[in-house]
Amino acid sequence: MSVQNFTIQPMGEKAILINFEPEISEKMLEKVLIAKNFLENCFIKEKIEVINTFHSLLINYSYTIEDVYKEILTIKRVLNETKIGINLHNLLFHIPVCYDPVFGWDLELLAEEKKLSVNEIIELHVEPIYTVYFIGFLPGFLYLGGLKNELHFPRKNEPRIEVPKGAVGIGENQTGIYPNSSPGGWQIIGSSPVNIFDKKGNPPCAISAGDKVKFYAVDKERYEEIREAVSGGIFQLKKEKYEG
Amino acid sequence: MKGRIEVLQPGLYSTIQDRGRFGFKKFGVPGSGAMDSYAATIANLLLQNNPDGAVLEITQMGPKLKFSSAVKIVITGANLSPRVNNSEIKNNKIYLMAAGDVLSFGKRELGGRSYLGIAGGFQTEEILKSRSWLKDITQYFRLEKGMKLDYNSVVQKGVETVSSVKIKSGYLNDNNLEVSTGPEFDQLSETEKENLFNTEFHIGRNNNRMGVQLEEKIENNLKPIITGPVVPGTVQFTPGGRLIILMRDCQTTGGYPRILQLSEFALNVLAQKVEGDTINFMEKREDSERRLNRSQ
Repeated sequence: MSVQNFTIQPMGEKAILINFEPEISEKMLEKVLIAKNFLENCFIKEKIEVINTFHSLLINYSYTIEDVYKEILTIKRVLNETKIGINLHNLLFHIPVCYDPVFGWDLELLAEEKKLSVNEIIELHVEPIYTVYFIGFLPGFLYLGGLKNELHFPRKNEPRIEVPKGAVGIGENQTGIYPNSSPGGWQIIGSSPVNIFDKKGNPPCAISAGDKVKFYAVDKERYEEIREAVSGGIFQLKKEKYEG
Repeated sequence: MKGRIEVLQPGLYSTIQDRGRFGFKKFGVPGSGAMDSYAATIANLLLQNNPDGAVLEITQMGPKLKFSSAVKIVITGANLSPRVNNSEIKNNKIYLMAAGDVLSFGKRELGGRSYLGIAGGFQTEEILKSRSWLKDITQYFRLEKGMKLDYNSVVQKGVETVSSVKIKSGYLNDNNLEVSTGPEFDQLSETEKENLFNTEFHIGRNNNRMGVQLEEKIENNLKPIITGPVVPGTVQFTPGGRLIILMRDCQTTGGYPRILQLSEFALNVLAQKVEGDTINFMEKREDSERRLNRSQ
């Protein structure tokens, strides 16, 4: 079966947008990423960059596209020949999070509102294997899917002026880590001592779209240990092959 | 020989820019690069630099800069009344700076962003294949007093000008932004579409390297969209009815409907606008013809 039901259009003179059916699901993500993989393989890698979101692909060109309609025809042909059902070789990353109240500013609030204990909230947060849909908003900000229904919670009415780097938060049906300090409206439940994004790293982010993430709880002491190892450049995120 | 510019006064807002970062959007890293890429290109072209040469982008009120050793420079883009040691200099003309010379700026005459090109390009740090300054990516993200900017002080004989370069400057006065339709344009009603092309919009207070907000509001009945890709020049339509035009430092994804898309050159035109200036959206003729044919 090939990748079907998509629309394709130019977005300015240096990008082409491909939209699939508007839906947020792992099935859709798989389709999007397989199409991405095929497109990446039929262009010269230095000249284009394909990014994905929940149901779209954007092919960015490093130059102005000369004949956009010819280009669109080529892309259509590639997509029509794209076979779904191949293995994407995704990785599962284990990310430490300290849920100590020093970091988890809104844990108490969440516990109260959800009529759960703080420990129950932590258990619900570390239990799932989250899917990385894509990276956006800030460099290294992972759009994660898979937050348990019990933890869905609205954003703050007034965003905080500064949420620190590493803060782990919940906003509506999403959870994520602030890769750098930034204004933010999410409910903060902990902090991760690792660098999700390292501008000097190659690549600057080890995690990519389609990968999986699982959190594990660490106490304050272990948090500090990891932080030191991270700044000393000797900490490695635990990762393994993920066969879905 | 290494040369250094010392920042005596920072001015309003200046940053080092080149052609931007390419290949890191998948990690959420903005593309950045000169807001008016045309003016930055001209600066490098006149100096016979590599097109990747880093320039200083100067917004509205220029800095005061002291040069440690001889080097050729050129100012392009907006006219911010540049001066060397108190004598006026002209845009798009090469000048040879001597050790101790001071470059400063005065009144803003035309446009919003001026570019200081330097022979060989600025030799500031390169992060993720670009010298473009950006918060959380490069060490510095705006010019500050006392900062030092490195350059290569290599001076060939003579101050030859490249006569074959034809320079446009009419765009500094242009108010028309050439656009094509965006992914969610078709969801607009006929009245909304008409308003979009018939309204004279004013540049709002919130305008910076990430985006430009327009003052006038248009009624918005669109449904929110699932977060999708955006690029510089994407015109976002907020639920409150405001238009936000994304610029070079914009995020890689956004959740507002994308109703229009500026052409590359329209981005340069817009880069030269300041708060209170007016702009109109003008649909590319081939696009409007295709659209009208389709709706018949």
